[in-house]
Amino acid sequence: MVNLTLNGLEITVEKGTTLLEAAKFYGIEIPTLCYDEALSPYGACRLCLVEVSKPGGRSKLVSSCTYPAMEGLVVRTHSERVMKARRLLIELYLATCPSSKTIQDLASKYHVTKVRFTQKHEDCILCGLCVRMCEEQMQAKAIGFVNRGAERRISTPFDAKSDECRLCGGCIYICPACRLRCQGPNEESPVCNACLNLSPPCLDQYDDAMCYMDPCVACELKIQK
Amino acid sequence: MSLSGIKIKDQEDLNRLQNVLKKRRNDEECSVAICGGTGCHSSGSEKVREAFQRYLERNDPEGKIKLRLTGCQGLCERGPLVVIFPQEIFYQKVSVDDVEEIIEKTVLNGEILERLLFTDPISGEKYTYSREIPFLQKQKRLLLGNNRLIEPTSIMDYISLGGYGALAGALTKMTGEEIIQEISYALLRGRGGAGFPTGQKWKECYEAVSDEKYIICNADEGDPGAFMDRSLLEGNPHLVLEGLIIGGYAVGAGEGIVYVRAEYPIAVQNINNAIKQAEKLGLLGENILGSGFNFHVRVVTGAGAFVCGETSALVEAVYGRVGEPRQKPPHLAEQGYMNKPTVVNNVESLANVTVIIRDGAERYRQVGTEKSKGTKIFSLVGKVNNTGLVEVPLGMSLREIIFEIGGGVQGGKEFKAVQTGGPSGGCIPESLLDMPTDFDELASAGSMMGSGGMIVMDEDTCMVDIARYFLNFLKEESCGRCFSCREGISRMLEIVEDISRGRSSLEQLELLMELADVVQDSTMCGLGQTSANPVLSTIRYFKDEYLAHILEKRCPAGVCHDLISFSIDKDLCTGCGACAKKCPSKAIEGVIKQAHMINLQKCTKCGICFEICKFGAVQKS
Repeated sequence: MVNLTLNGLEITVEKGTTLLEAAKFYGIEIPTLCYDEALSPYGACRLCLVEVSKPGGRSKLVSSCTYPAMEGLVVRTHSERVMKARRLLIELYLATCPSSKTIQDLASKYHVTKVRFTQKHEDCILCGLCVRMCEEQMQAKAIGFVNRGAERRISTPFDAKSDECRLCGGCIYICPACRLRCQGPNEESPVCNACLNLSPPCLDQYDDAMCYMDPCVACELKIQK
Repeated sequence: MSLSGIKIKDQEDLNRLQNVLKKRRNDEECSVAICGGTGCHSSGSEKVREAFQRYLERNDPEGKIKLRLTGCQGLCERGPLVVIFPQEIFYQKVSVDDVEEIIEKTVLNGEILERLLFTDPISGEKYTYSREIPFLQKQKRLLLGNNRLIEPTSIMDYISLGGYGALAGALTKMTGEEIIQEISYALLRGRGGAGFPTGQKWKECYEAVSDEKYIICNADEGDPGAFMDRSLLEGNPHLVLEGLIIGGYAVGAGEGIVYVRAEYPIAVQNINNAIKQAEKLGLLGENILGSGFNFHVRVVTGAGAFVCGETSALVEAVYGRVGEPRQKPPHLAEQGYMNKPTVVNNVESLANVTVIIRDGAERYRQVGTEKSKGTKIFSLVGKVNNTGLVEVPLGMSLREIIFEIGGGVQGGKEFKAVQTGGPSGGCIPESLLDMPTDFDELASAGSMMGSGGMIVMDEDTCMVDIARYFLNFLKEESCGRCFSCREGISRMLEIVEDISRGRSSLEQLELLMELADVVQDSTMCGLGQTSANPVLSTIRYFKDEYLAHILEKRCPAGVCHDLISFSIDKDLCTGCGACAKKCPSKAIEGVIKQAHMINLQKCTKCGICFEICKFGAVQKS
């Protein structure tokens, strides 16, 4: 067992528990986008950041989904430093992917009411949930990451229709951008107000071949336009 | 004594070989060292070597004159360099046509060829001997010093200068723990960037309980303008290899891996060759020097990604996977390559290890500052007179490095800033030049030591443009896993680009600073955490330039395309037509011998006309 301090509370958790699991267990909510209980933690969305310090050491922000509980650690899940980073990240998410209801809900919860960046409509936030779902739960490994940096995207090997893919739809089921679409935001008001702007959640290269939603509601509407 | 096929079985064998080789070396009447480093190689040193060889084959059949193609000697700007021993006569910019004269006059008769001597760019003084040249004299070449004395492809050259003595000493007289203590006492800090104490790193790995351990040499130097590790591996691979074996012995590793980027073909070739030679002599493999210690080394060539300099990404790359950092903990000392305890050290750190064990930590500690000991190699590039590799004691001021060793700014222009630490580093202004260069001081100035890149910028450099350049580099080199790094850098770049186009506001500048803070704070690995440095340090020291772009829509240095325009002064223009001929977009119109004009609609602002006009008629505003 490991003893640590969580938001001023002395707690004891089992060895190997992550900070996110510990916080959840004690009823403290930490927002996440790339985390799922059934999948291995990935630490890419950076929303689950918490401030940790060891006695006498300098504090730093770490992703709680990947950081193991350690003896004597002091953890703060909603400190000013954490909130500042979290809010700006949510603003960045809104600026990139305003069509996700999950993200719009997060924005409301964290009082992010405006977007100061140039508005984009990219949809995919590269959280990697679909990739891990495909590999770990569906045992297919049909999709993965391609390229690096700003060019990074999710695709099948060589962008060809994959033989490994069984069209199970697990990727869409788990996608925070596909699962719940918020169609409200537009250039003038990136923070949601109505369901106006319906566009397909998939990237172009999937075509309909990779999509189990046949016909896809969004694709249908797009064709009609 | 024939040296072919010998095997070194213990320390005595090594001593005997060292003595034989030393004697042979002392018997050499004269030798010619041609620099074969990256810089000189590209300016044609290979052809010069061939010319020497051809001439000597014809005129010196007994081989009295020894020819060596050495590693980088430092003053890359003036290559190809040739040094004639034993007098150490230093010739620069040597061409194939000079070869005959050099041998006939200088080597055989001691006559000095004035035209090939090095001329100091500031004082105009000429120097005959390499030891007199201020560029070399002011340095302390603890690691690079032997580069000009040995052929990197010859293990015998290395051994003749006492090479592998440190390894023999370590294996026979010291335990792993003692070596780690010695390294800790020497206060060696990792030369790859972060400056983590090497002794502590090794200790963690040493203490980890495992049947297998690994030591990896990180030669994935990715900073633009940096070539320290490259020159060490190319010029003195055995120095690094010896350090790697000592490190392996200290932490208890059985296998060493050299991860080197494929873009460094000579380095790959030389380290591979060095490993083969060491194996052949019995300095690598089973039961090294009769100590019972087994150690193997292999080379992995990387596909070249800046992010692979991050240790956990490097380990991924060694497997052959995409180089992406992973979350720590667990640290590499617990779970690294093959999930076994692993230690990753930079090339220069390992070269320092050899020096520390060879000379003793006590002697090593005499150089450097209180907290950082030893020397550091910097690649001094940019708008500086003497570009090249400089190795100086830690703690030397930036001013000394740039103005005394580097010979000041090119063309007598005004110094503006020096960028240290590569893309993740920061820009340091003139007012802080007297600061000693050590890990902590540079970090407190908002920059970092990094691997040792040092880019000098003059008055014609726009700091907003510099921030834009480095952000663009990082945008492409980020692995893209963390949202805060991938999107954060893209967005920072977006704002900086807007500023450079004069389309920004003070609110955007505030937002940029806020974003930079968050990116620095919230990203997983070193790349993201330091990616805001170029922005934060330029805003910190050159805020007036940002404000000029934002408020006055003006680029003070005249660099940002959207904020400058070119015009021709009618009174100064002689109508020679030189500009019109060179203009790539045919934007300059006019009749010969009459004043020309620039058609601003066609002008792409490339600035060629500005550079070409001899009469100063083309003006930038």
